[in-house]
Amino acid sequence: MSQPAAYTIDDFHLAEEPHHPEGSSTMLGFWIYLMSDCLIFAMLFATYGVLGTSYAGGPTPRELFDLPLVAVNTAMLLFSSITYGFAMLAMVDGKKGATQAWLLVTAVFGLAFLGIELYEFNHLIHEGAGPWTSAFLSSFFTLVGTHGLHVTFGIVWLVTLVVQVQKRGLIPANRRRLMCLSLFWHFLDVIWIGVFTFVYLMGMLR
Amino acid sequence: MSAPTDHGHGHHDDHGHHDEGAHGSRKEYWIGFLLSVVMTAIPFWLVMTQPIGKQAIAMTIMLFAAAQMIVHMIFFLHMNRKAEGGWSIMALIFTVVIVVIALSGSLWVMYHMNENMMPTMDMSQMG
Amino acid sequence: MQTVTSPALSPIFGRFTIESLPLHEPIVVGTFAMVAFGGVVLLAVITKFKLWGYLWTEWFTSVDHKKIGIMYMILGIVMLLRGFSDAIMMRLQQAMAFGGSEGYLNAHHYDQVFTAHGVIMIFFVAMPIVTGLMNYIVPLQIGARDVSFPFLNNFSFWMTAGGAVIIMMSLFVGEFAQTGWLAMPPLSGIAASPGVGVDYYIWALQVAGVGTLLSGVNLIATIVKMRAPGMTMMKMPVFCWTALCTNVLIVAAFPVLTAVLALLSLDRYVDTAFFTNTLGGNPMMYVNLIWIWGHPEVYILILPMFGVFSEVVSTFSGKRLFGYTSMIYATLVITILAYLVWLHHFFTMGSGASVNSFFGITTMIISIPTGAKIFNWLFTMYRGRVRFELPMMWAIAFMITFTLGGMTGVLLAVPPADFVLHNSLFLVAHFHNVIIGGVLFGAFAAINYWWPKAFGFKLDTVWGKRSFWLWVSGFYFAFMPLYVLGLMGVTRRLRTFDDPSFQIWFIIAGFGALLIALGIAAMLIQFAVSIRDREKLRDVTGDPWNGRTLEWATSSPPPDYNFAFTPVVHDNDAWADMKLRGYERPVTGYRDIHMPSNTGAGVILAGLSVGIGVGMIWYVWWLVAVSFFALVAVAIGHSFNYARDFHIPAATVTVTEEKRTAALAGAAL
Repeated sequence: MSQPAAYTIDDFHLAEEPHHPEGSSTMLGFWIYLMSDCLIFAMLFATYGVLGTSYAGGPTPRELFDLPLVAVNTAMLLFSSITYGFAMLAMVDGKKGATQAWLLVTAVFGLAFLGIELYEFNHLIHEGAGPWTSAFLSSFFTLVGTHGLHVTFGIVWLVTLVVQVQKRGLIPANRRRLMCLSLFWHFLDVIWIGVFTFVYLMGMLR
Repeated sequence: MSAPTDHGHGHHDDHGHHDEGAHGSRKEYWIGFLLSVVMTAIPFWLVMTQPIGKQAIAMTIMLFAAAQMIVHMIFFLHMNRKAEGGWSIMALIFTVVIVVIALSGSLWVMYHMNENMMPTMDMSQMG
Repeated sequence: MQTVTSPALSPIFGRFTIESLPLHEPIVVGTFAMVAFGGVVLLAVITKFKLWGYLWTEWFTSVDHKKIGIMYMILGIVMLLRGFSDAIMMRLQQAMAFGGSEGYLNAHHYDQVFTAHGVIMIFFVAMPIVTGLMNYIVPLQIGARDVSFPFLNNFSFWMTAGGAVIIMMSLFVGEFAQTGWLAMPPLSGIAASPGVGVDYYIWALQVAGVGTLLSGVNLIATIVKMRAPGMTMMKMPVFCWTALCTNVLIVAAFPVLTAVLALLSLDRYVDTAFFTNTLGGNPMMYVNLIWIWGHPEVYILILPMFGVFSEVVSTFSGKRLFGYTSMIYATLVITILAYLVWLHHFFTMGSGASVNSFFGITTMIISIPTGAKIFNWLFTMYRGRVRFELPMMWAIAFMITFTLGGMTGVLLAVPPADFVLHNSLFLVAHFHNVIIGGVLFGAFAAINYWWPKAFGFKLDTVWGKRSFWLWVSGFYFAFMPLYVLGLMGVTRRLRTFDDPSFQIWFIIAGFGALLIALGIAAMLIQFAVSIRDREKLRDVTGDPWNGRTLEWATSSPPPDYNFAFTPVVHDNDAWADMKLRGYERPVTGYRDIHMPSNTGAGVILAGLSVGIGVGMIWYVWWLVAVSFFALVAVAIGHSFNYARDFHIPAATVTVTEEKRTAALAGAAL
């Protein structure tokens, strides 16, 4: 933005090209995108809040949810958070190999999270508690599933970045991308806090 | 969605470090991680063992959730008042306001609508 | 999964069969013949004059915000013709269908017409025009070379265009929704609407919605990050402020639409129970959610126009805008209040007294900042040297018409009155009053105002004035009768009538629609005549109206790089300030200018998104799968392309700028 340019009152122009660093808008732009994504989740939470007690004679959360499994899943996501953090620290130090290694560790935790979630979904559907059973289950599967889709997308992106770092190294463009993915990944954590609290834990209290 | 991997369009700048401090330090990540572990474990423990009343547990775990979200914001997302000249935090506050309006508004509106229009489907009894 | 499938689902064509083509509807077949003929002629002309390469390299793949802005405007105007033909068909039907006459449209067709009219006018006329204006003007007004994310901008445009393609396809292949423009369940659920109509609706809006959202993100980042040095937030032109608030609303509202349409699609495709009458679903939740998007949406449309009028009124009054600061705060207040009023769209649905009072009061409060704006414009004109050029005429027509529409809006904000007037033609008259009187009049003011900037010549005033008077009088003839009919109790979306006392009002409204048709024709003639007489209407100064903001500081049309030197801003109305202080255009010392490169990725990604949409609509699963994986592959492939910019050499800049120097000297002689 406004540079401390050396102009006199009659000077209406910068003599040199302005210093808009490449991609200087990227982090803000991506953050704004995340805010919009946050609103999608807010609407899914609102839907769950309104329809989450409409069991239509079907199973209730207490009969379905398996808290130890959710706890393990939450742990996977938490581990992936700190490993992503280590990847970012390695990036700041300019350690290409360490960055890639930590990214891949993050991906493994992400995949473990997804695997557990898919196991849970599969289990529920086999118990006759699929998303078409009741409005409660529709909103449950949609909310949790949308988070899962985001994690899937994050992993695809992460792998792409590992390849790009391999090809180009930690150039500024790649650093920016890694920082965007960092925001995305940690943002998904924040959403998950909402999910395990309002869906699973509160569900067990009903 | 398009390729969100790219929101920039350049490849040759030397200003990559335009936002120093947005990475945090190893110590910050550890503090954030340990706080999160504690703030996750306590709610799970409360719900699994139910040592106090349900109402109290519900209030407590919601407080922990809010606190943990703030912890993540500070230690993992590196939110502060200065990032991006204050625009990030402003966008966040605006979003939180809109989320609160839309969430609480929807619940309020739909609760009253159910009360008035479907007296047999009282939401509070269905829980 | 209990996917709803029709009995005859072909693995190749999905549920498409030859019967899906509406060959039994002579009106549709006739329209198709005309559109096909026109299309073939257009393609033939492009091919004959070998314009494909030019269009592809200079326009379709362009990341220049000016070209993208113009493409948005063209899309909006073309779709206006489609949306207006729906309107005049409805007016004719309603004027005819009395005393046992069925009119000329059957119910199936009529229901599609009113649905398509609403959807097209909001999503594919008003939105592209608003987005196009912001795209074109904002970077120029803030002294930037382009938007923050030029490729994303191109992609956004093509997603919007892709949505338009899907909705146009529904006219000739299959059917469109027959549900009204918000597709409320349970009517839009799979049980009541098993056909492809609602799916066309969903996918057209989802594809276009991605474009709208991303362009919102892009413009916010642009306004926040790319302002010229010295342009603090409170020195920014009002149009940029309203554009900023509009895009904040877009980013905070369109995700809601995306989410609610996704839930509706889940209901339709995989049998979930969100908005069903069974299994605990609640259709009112859809109504609630879609209006959380829907109310901000109307401010998304009107706020930029408030900005346009602020620029126009201050330019043509030759004065600084009265109450700049209050204008900005009024805009910010409207931005927040936009999220606090959604329930006034369903006062009658039974939320009760406390909820209705809250939303009634918040709705009435919105009239305060809006009223403040009207007074600001009036005080700007007061003791100014008002020039009644076309943009100013539209601005005055707007002030009168919009105030009237605003007042009927306040009437509707009173819940007990709304119980009488809801769903009536009174409501229809109200929202046309504000949308035509506000958004369309604003668009026309903007087109007349900025056309010389975009093309280097003014628009013809004779045909412009004809269009103006036909439009304005046509509007009053078309919509004042609807207020009367609404008060007489006529509900909206009716196809036939029994009470003969209504007919005269419908005939007057039909006459009004005819005047508007002539107004549209006059506007198209205005464009044609102006292009023909462009040498006579030429403006070489780049500042034909004695403008006040930075876009008038550069040439018309602006060079690719907008400004040879980045301007430095010292005051509000930067260009007026520069002229006042004896600014002289620098003619030496040009530098290389860094610019983004064109790319075809946006067209390809949007095309694949249309493929996904069409496949989903017709249950052609292989097409969905192929398009989806191709989309992911192209997106990832595109991210491997790091070379996305180039430099315009100083020599080229010098040549361009010296041409302008010569032209300016020629004009001064």
